[in-house]
Amino acid sequence: CDSFIHSEAVEASESPDSNWARLPQELLLHIFQYLPLLDRAYASQVCRGWNQAFHMPELWRCFEFELNQPASSYLKATHPDLIKQIIKRHSNHLQYVSFKVDSSTESAEAACDILSQLVNCSLKTLGLISTARPSFMEVPKSHFISALTVVFVNSKSLSSLKIDDTPVDDPSLKVLVANNSDTLKLLKMSSCPHVSPAGILCVADQCHGLRELALNYHLLSDELLLALSSEKHVHLEHLRIDVVSENPGQHFHTIKKSSWDAMVRHSPKFNLVMYFFLYEDEFGPFFNDEIPVTHLYFGRSVSKEVLGRVGLHCPRLVELVVCANGLRPLDEELIRIAKHCTQLSAIGLGECEVSCSAFVEFVKMCGRRLSQLSIMEEVLIPDHKYSLDEIHWEVSKHLGRVWFPDMMPTW
Amino acid sequence: MVINTIHWFRKGLRLHDNPSLKESLLGADTVRCVYILDPWFAGSSNVGINRWRFLLQSLEDLDSSLRKLNSRLFVIRGQPTDVFPRLFKEWKINRLSYEYDSEPFGKERDAAIKKLASEAGVEVTVCISHTLYDLDKIIELNGGQSPLTYKRFQTLISRMDAVEVPAESITAEIMGKCSTPLSEDHDDKFGVPSLEELGFDTEGLSSAVWPGGETEALTRLERHLERKAWVANFERPRMNANSLLASPTGLSPYLRFGCLSCRLFYFKLTDLYRKVKKNSSPPLSLYGQLLWREFFYTAATNNPCFDKMESNPICVQIPWDRNPEALAKWAEGRSGFPWIDAIMTQLRQEGWIHHLARHAVACFLTRGDLWISWEEGMKVFEELLLDADWSVNAGSWMWLSCSSFFQQFFHCYCPVGFGRRTDPNGDYIRRYLPILRGFPAKYIYDPWNAPESVQKAAKCIIGVHYPKPMVHHAEASRINIERMKQIYQQLSCYRGLGLLATVPSNSNGNGNSSGNANGDVSSDVMGFTVEATHDAAARSGYQMPVHSQGDWQSGVMMYLQGDPQAHIATHQQAPGYAGTSTSMMCYSQGTQEMTGSAIPKGPEHHSTTQISGKRNSEDSGNTKASKVQRQSSH
Repeated sequence: CDSFIHSEAVEASESPDSNWARLPQELLLHIFQYLPLLDRAYASQVCRGWNQAFHMPELWRCFEFELNQPASSYLKATHPDLIKQIIKRHSNHLQYVSFKVDSSTESAEAACDILSQLVNCSLKTLGLISTARPSFMEVPKSHFISALTVVFVNSKSLSSLKIDDTPVDDPSLKVLVANNSDTLKLLKMSSCPHVSPAGILCVADQCHGLRELALNYHLLSDELLLALSSEKHVHLEHLRIDVVSENPGQHFHTIKKSSWDAMVRHSPKFNLVMYFFLYEDEFGPFFNDEIPVTHLYFGRSVSKEVLGRVGLHCPRLVELVVCANGLRPLDEELIRIAKHCTQLSAIGLGECEVSCSAFVEFVKMCGRRLSQLSIMEEVLIPDHKYSLDEIHWEVSKHLGRVWFPDMMPTW
Repeated sequence: MVINTIHWFRKGLRLHDNPSLKESLLGADTVRCVYILDPWFAGSSNVGINRWRFLLQSLEDLDSSLRKLNSRLFVIRGQPTDVFPRLFKEWKINRLSYEYDSEPFGKERDAAIKKLASEAGVEVTVCISHTLYDLDKIIELNGGQSPLTYKRFQTLISRMDAVEVPAESITAEIMGKCSTPLSEDHDDKFGVPSLEELGFDTEGLSSAVWPGGETEALTRLERHLERKAWVANFERPRMNANSLLASPTGLSPYLRFGCLSCRLFYFKLTDLYRKVKKNSSPPLSLYGQLLWREFFYTAATNNPCFDKMESNPICVQIPWDRNPEALAKWAEGRSGFPWIDAIMTQLRQEGWIHHLARHAVACFLTRGDLWISWEEGMKVFEELLLDADWSVNAGSWMWLSCSSFFQQFFHCYCPVGFGRRTDPNGDYIRRYLPILRGFPAKYIYDPWNAPESVQKAAKCIIGVHYPKPMVHHAEASRINIERMKQIYQQLSCYRGLGLLATVPSNSNGNGNSSGNANGDVSSDVMGFTVEATHDAAARSGYQMPVHSQGDWQSGVMMYLQGDPQAHIATHQQAPGYAGTSTSMMCYSQGTQEMTGSAIPKGPEHHSTTQISGKRNSEDSGNTKASKVQRQSSH
């Protein structure tokens, strides 16, 4: 039997009309879709039919350009010849494109060069991603803007755009709006220093389908929130705000409670994700009024007082991460959060201190809705009631699953 | 028949709990204890002067202990593969013993020597004494794979047979009739070399804060236990300003070189605990330091790429920045952050830093601030840190950079706040960075924020006498947390908004994957096996899931506008289009690719599910040869 199969296989492969060559294009396409690019390239050298399949538009809708320099990255880059070939033969097929660039300006410039050649394509998504330092910021602004606007002008149906840490500016956003206002659904532009509150307001005013937005706090205004809550606007799903301090003692504006209320009324289910990177004394304007924040991340030390305010004013809070706190235990604050933040299901504590008793009380109050509980071992201070060995049993009991504090190696 | 034996010292530089030496002596007529040192390697190696000094002192101590038994240590210059055939012949050897080495390169070296020995008709005796357990048995208990979380490891440990008691120390009695043939010119031919002989410049070298040797190790062990008995507290001591300094009860370098047996330490701790706590049985946490070490040895033993990101199946592929200048600033204590610079200065001067200080500088170099590869940091520690062991060093760096072991990455140490919390007064900074001595405590961790008048009064102008901070920490941590999140989202296929849930099934068994939060309170739920059923990532190291594009969405899936084709199209960017081919195609093993061993070495396979472990004997090369040398020479 073995030999029979063998001979048949030999016959098939020797026959000029072998089954492989007669594989229908659709089938071949389907197979190719699961092959890595390199393997597809190898396969394309097998025969004319496979070579044609290699160039089918369906296979080039989605592409990720990786632009790295040997001096600044450990990773290999997309080969320049491949880039040339894509621009020449497949740029009109591209729809979902991202650029991953390393920390060198050269790579960011190369990305801009490619962008400015994408004249006859209609992109649906575009992502500019700095994998190390934000290198797009080092490209001459005019070069970046002209490259980006090429895409904005030619692609009339952009729906997702991620341009964090880039020198995008107000006029280029106007071009975006003028050409893509009907289709834009997602815009991520955290840390784009050349955009003004008016610039982003123009986007919100015109792009009524916008569902996801990420930006820095200095672009956030009452007007923006009201624009996003206007009747014409679809429900917002996700608003991400980064609150970053450029220099110590910076002053931050406040957002009216009524604006947030309007947002919640218009989009009752929207998520408000806030990342804070502030010095302790800069929190003055925050959390004095109710705020519909759902995910709250404190990247630097935050005071007991501020966490106390969080406990009072964040009724929609789902996740709370505190990287660091002062030397005093957060006992009352946590209990207060457990009491008022009834949606809270995830909490992470880094360089903080909590007494074991208070922590157990907190877990008891939250109970099984705490699906994420990431507490560094050092955070928990043993007291008369619980030692470190006892606490994991006690907490596990209330959670209904085995729980341990996060540990760091004792080296 | 006359039995002439050689005991080959590598690690395990001690006479207590040395089972292979003890067995080697049994019925032997002559014994020669050798240490093989490649003098050429010494000068060119990555290992710094403090580590060499520690090694030479340990050898001196071993030699003087052997003298008391009418024997000596034979330090042989050369390489094991050259040296042994010669010695076997010259000394008419028919028995060879050494301590089991669990590390991949050590295993390879030992296999070569074993082969040479069998060719020469020499019987080989190998015993495990550098680790508490037989690591292969732990792996066997885990279904053939090294556990990937510490919790799982603890669960396995609790199911292992009890740790074997230490072997009896080598005494005159045990030596019995076994003698060591010595020549007049022993010192010339086999003496322990000096640092100068190895090509080190010792001018201005201050005396060792950590003197090497078994004798010192045993003294320290006694002190260590006395202090523990005195405080009668067996919980992990909370860190304070004092714990940052080298302690006369510190043991880690001694465990690293095997001047102290981990089993002796283990049993002494157990005895003390039972005595103080009235016979209650000790918790696993009592042995924390020893178990972490054991964990990393277990994780590394079958993974020759454990110290690399590339081709390392358990290492998340992170697009680290390559930045030699920034790396140098960190390594040489010129970062402009006093807390970081003081730690690096202490490390360079003394060869040891507190483990939380290690966390601080490792976090700063990698995911915290500089976004530089953990491999670079690991190499600096390998040069400077007395207790840096291949497995433990690489493992700890992977851990701290969140490159493996399912770590939450939000735990990010602040280069200002962490130090201030630990030592509010700043005495530690003043001790290692005298230039900052004049700053008041208020500004000593962020002197760049001090008003000019304060800087003048301190006689230290920031930017002139001491560098300005090399990064804006808030900005760097904002960017880096975003990068880590992207990487982990790819890994876990998690599309929600939460930060904590992006880490795929961490050791807590948190209910982030569906069907996990089912209130399963068996201890198994913690570990690897159960995680594995939930999570492919746990099963076979870190693999990239099929989705790749659209991962820059921190929120919901990308809006694909109902194009079914596009969905499939995203798949083709999936992992595995790596290849070393020089063809026109891209070789990408970047952020999009989290595969490990899986990274194909050639065009013949592109499976991403393969689990590495078994070493690939044909993938040798120069790099490995030098590694073998390195392993043999200290």
